[in-house]
Amino acid sequence: MSDIELPEHRFLRNFDFMLLAITLTLCALGVTVIYSSNLQSDSEFMRSLYIRQLYWVGISLVAMSIVIWIDYRLIERMAYPLYFFGVGCLAAVGFSGRVIGGSQRWLSVGGFNIQSSEIMKIILIILIARIFDDMRKEGDLGVLDLAKPLIFTLIPFAIVARQPDLGTAMIFIIVFGCMAFFNGIQRRIIIWTAGISAFLAPVSWFMLKPYQQERILTILNPDADPMGHGYQMIQSKIAIGSGGLWGKGIFEGTQSKLNFLPAKHTDFIFSVFAEEAGFVGAMIFITIFFFFLMRLLEIVLHARDKFGSLVVAGILCMITFNFFYNLGMTLGLFPIVGIPLPFISYGGSSLLTNFLGIGLALNISVSRYKLG
Amino acid sequence: MLRPRTEWESFIKHRKSMGPIFTALVGVAFVIVTLRLWHLQIVQYSSLADRAENNRVRQMTLDGRRGKILDRNGFPMVDSRPSFQLSLIPEDVDNPRETLDFLRRRVDFDVDSTLDKMRHSPSFQTIVIKKDIDREDVAFVEENRLDLPGVFLEVKAWRNYIFGQEASHILGYLGAISSAQLAKAPKSVYSMDDFIGQYGIEKVHERTLRGAKGYKRVEVDAAGRELALLEVIRPKSGHDLRLTIDFTTQTAAERAFEGKMGAAVAIDPNNGDIIAALSKPGFDPNVFAHGISGDSWKKFIQDEFHPLQNRITRGQYPPGSTFKIIMAAAALEEGIVSPETTIYCPGHYRLGQRTYRCWKKAGHGSMNLTSALIQSCDVYFYTVGLRLGIDRIAKYAKMFGLGKRTNINLGAESPGLVPSTDWKKKARGKPWIMGETVSCSIGQGYNLVTPIQQAIMIAAIANGGKLVTPRLVNSPRPGTGDRPGANPKSVSVSPDTISVIRNALRLVVTAPHGTAWRIKNGPYSYAGKTGTSQVVRMKKNETSDIEEIKFKHRDHALFVGFAPFDDPKIAVAVIVEHAGHGGEAAAPVARKIMDAYLQKINVPPSTPQITGHVTDKSVLPMENPL
Repeated sequence: MSDIELPEHRFLRNFDFMLLAITLTLCALGVTVIYSSNLQSDSEFMRSLYIRQLYWVGISLVAMSIVIWIDYRLIERMAYPLYFFGVGCLAAVGFSGRVIGGSQRWLSVGGFNIQSSEIMKIILIILIARIFDDMRKEGDLGVLDLAKPLIFTLIPFAIVARQPDLGTAMIFIIVFGCMAFFNGIQRRIIIWTAGISAFLAPVSWFMLKPYQQERILTILNPDADPMGHGYQMIQSKIAIGSGGLWGKGIFEGTQSKLNFLPAKHTDFIFSVFAEEAGFVGAMIFITIFFFFLMRLLEIVLHARDKFGSLVVAGILCMITFNFFYNLGMTLGLFPIVGIPLPFISYGGSSLLTNFLGIGLALNISVSRYKLG
Repeated sequence: MLRPRTEWESFIKHRKSMGPIFTALVGVAFVIVTLRLWHLQIVQYSSLADRAENNRVRQMTLDGRRGKILDRNGFPMVDSRPSFQLSLIPEDVDNPRETLDFLRRRVDFDVDSTLDKMRHSPSFQTIVIKKDIDREDVAFVEENRLDLPGVFLEVKAWRNYIFGQEASHILGYLGAISSAQLAKAPKSVYSMDDFIGQYGIEKVHERTLRGAKGYKRVEVDAAGRELALLEVIRPKSGHDLRLTIDFTTQTAAERAFEGKMGAAVAIDPNNGDIIAALSKPGFDPNVFAHGISGDSWKKFIQDEFHPLQNRITRGQYPPGSTFKIIMAAAALEEGIVSPETTIYCPGHYRLGQRTYRCWKKAGHGSMNLTSALIQSCDVYFYTVGLRLGIDRIAKYAKMFGLGKRTNINLGAESPGLVPSTDWKKKARGKPWIMGETVSCSIGQGYNLVTPIQQAIMIAAIANGGKLVTPRLVNSPRPGTGDRPGANPKSVSVSPDTISVIRNALRLVVTAPHGTAWRIKNGPYSYAGKTGTSQVVRMKKNETSDIEEIKFKHRDHALFVGFAPFDDPKIAVAVIVEHAGHGGEAAAPVARKIMDAYLQKINVPPSTPQITGHVTDKSVLPMENPL
């Protein structure tokens, strides 16, 4: 064995193939379920959605490859310009964005509709990591230390919440909270935050829009309004439950094929999968996802610098939160908000975002043994 | 760029502690998700799978064709024809007001009440806009499908009472099933919006007519479109019901009754088959058969002449002089009189302080049984009645089927009333008074009969003493018809007695003073007895309308008779309310009914009358008695 190693060899030796393999497996599963859910649709467009998703997988892989090869310290340096670019895009959506499903979320760029709030998640993670890294502070952060990143978080939060897309807006806050916690904050901040949240919860109830309130109430009793807000929830539970132990078989789900399940290829794609694959399939799926998360955690714990570690931690939080919230929603445990299932749900923006995240994670994982 | 060693080390130390925390949190979430999946997919599996199946599969009821109701010759009186029903499903209608207004341009219906129904029922439930729409409307809806989202046409069987009011009380009608009926019926047989027989034959023979429902299970999508047929159980048609009614005779009876109130029953005296029966005023069953409005129903219920009452079986009338037939039978059988015994009629009869008038003030003079029947002498029967006593009169009245239900299979029936000393003690708590026997002897007083009882009674005279059971359905299928009238009970009256009475009743028509002389010139040999029954008087100040008082006070005209005399084929009982004398108002109606039937069954007209007004042109057989 030689002490001298070519960079290419070192890359191949350190590259986390397992993570990439799991990611691609999830994507393949997603495309299959998207295909299945619209199999019997009248609309040619709906039936071909899985092909569009494949295109997006291709675009995302290209984007991911680029991210892998860039020195991530360059990305760290670009954090502020990226942030202002992202906020600019978000603001632009407010004026020229296309209206889909009643809220302004989309930015149309060269024929592709991109949900800028999705890309903003990654940008925000990079910026927060940069800010924490810049602090060079030993020990836990205090209230004043958190003020700056919090303000940078609240700006996109406010814009996105106004669209209104509470689901995505919520994730900005969650990501910020998780990254701060991961970086280490003073215990009293945690206690105060918990206290204030408990106090504010009833107050904030009255600040929600009526439809948002109804969605929350629906959780408690979906059967109260079976044709209205409870409909999605009831149909999702019926789809999952009717799958039973072994499922109805791939491409055999009736709840999705016959359109009883709304948003079946996006937010409720897990219901389609669980109907067709049953309890066994669902367990295999979440087990794979569990390993996927553990893999990312490995990278977080072994990144060679603070920025890298924080970035991957942010990405991990984002994906974890998306994953469990989406499952909880389809299982009738959480209110329905537009949060897709990472790598599975149809949607280019969210797929691209997650792949960019994985790209960054792979980049940081490869660089783990690089000398500074 | 070198960093202070301590800062990096403290970060590493901190992040190491984050690993287990993160793993634990994810683990908890993992466990919660697993438990929830277990709960839904394993614990609640069967109920949720059922709900998925209910989503997917729509079970549709297929109604069996309801049997037709035919006359005795197979001529349809009630059938079901296909009709188009205009319906909508609220959730598929994007803009209700606009859609309905568009529809209203062609189809006549109430937009506001439809909108109101849409607001008050679940969005997925079909709402009927209009039933039985005409062809132009169907064409309009078909052509403008695209402008009428959510609106669709359904083909429904439409019960059709072909001749409207004719025989309405016999045929009956369909009505929406009541919640009480629904609760009683087996689940598979009826459902909420079903129409079932609620009256008449339609009700009594519901089981035979209705057939059995079928089902169609189809796979539907969320928009309710049928994607695949999963299973079909074909409905079974109901059985046609053949009545004993002869449509021609029925129509003749209906025409003869035009503008009159009352009832008529024509019966085959040999087997009890009802040839025609009507009750007036009547109603059009078509009005009921598809859901009657509250207002129309109220109008029927509040009508002072009770069009919904079936007078054939529920109308109770004093029999008047037709009761003298019973009196004659009783008197001869009990040996009170012989056919030759004469009783003098001075025009009145004294009993104690009271004087009872004969209808002929001048008196009939010397009367025997035959002449007393011919001229309907009251005094003769007062005398005979007092000698018999009320209980012996009651015995014979009951023997001829009066005072009890005839068991005609047509729903509720009134028993009528044959008074006796026992009856009065029980019902009124008072002893019988002699004077009451006097009025009962001429069919007044407490006596009450129904037209169907009258028909059975006269049939027994016609057929030589057999009490037939009336029958309305003549079906070759066993178990679906009425009880066969094959073995009629014999009245325990000697053939001689019957013969005397029969001959007398023939003379009622043919003798110069016979009360039914008006029909003697008809083409057949009729026999019968007229009657005029007094209507219970109203207090004079009860109403201010003089015409109405007069009408209500007018006597009922009755006639019971049969023809041809030698071989009776038809016996008839007619009651025309508030029409005056039986001979004048009821006998001609009865004749028309008998003529129609006898002509129909090709009975040759009888030879010119024995009384010999040969020169009278009206003696010649009529070409068209209708």
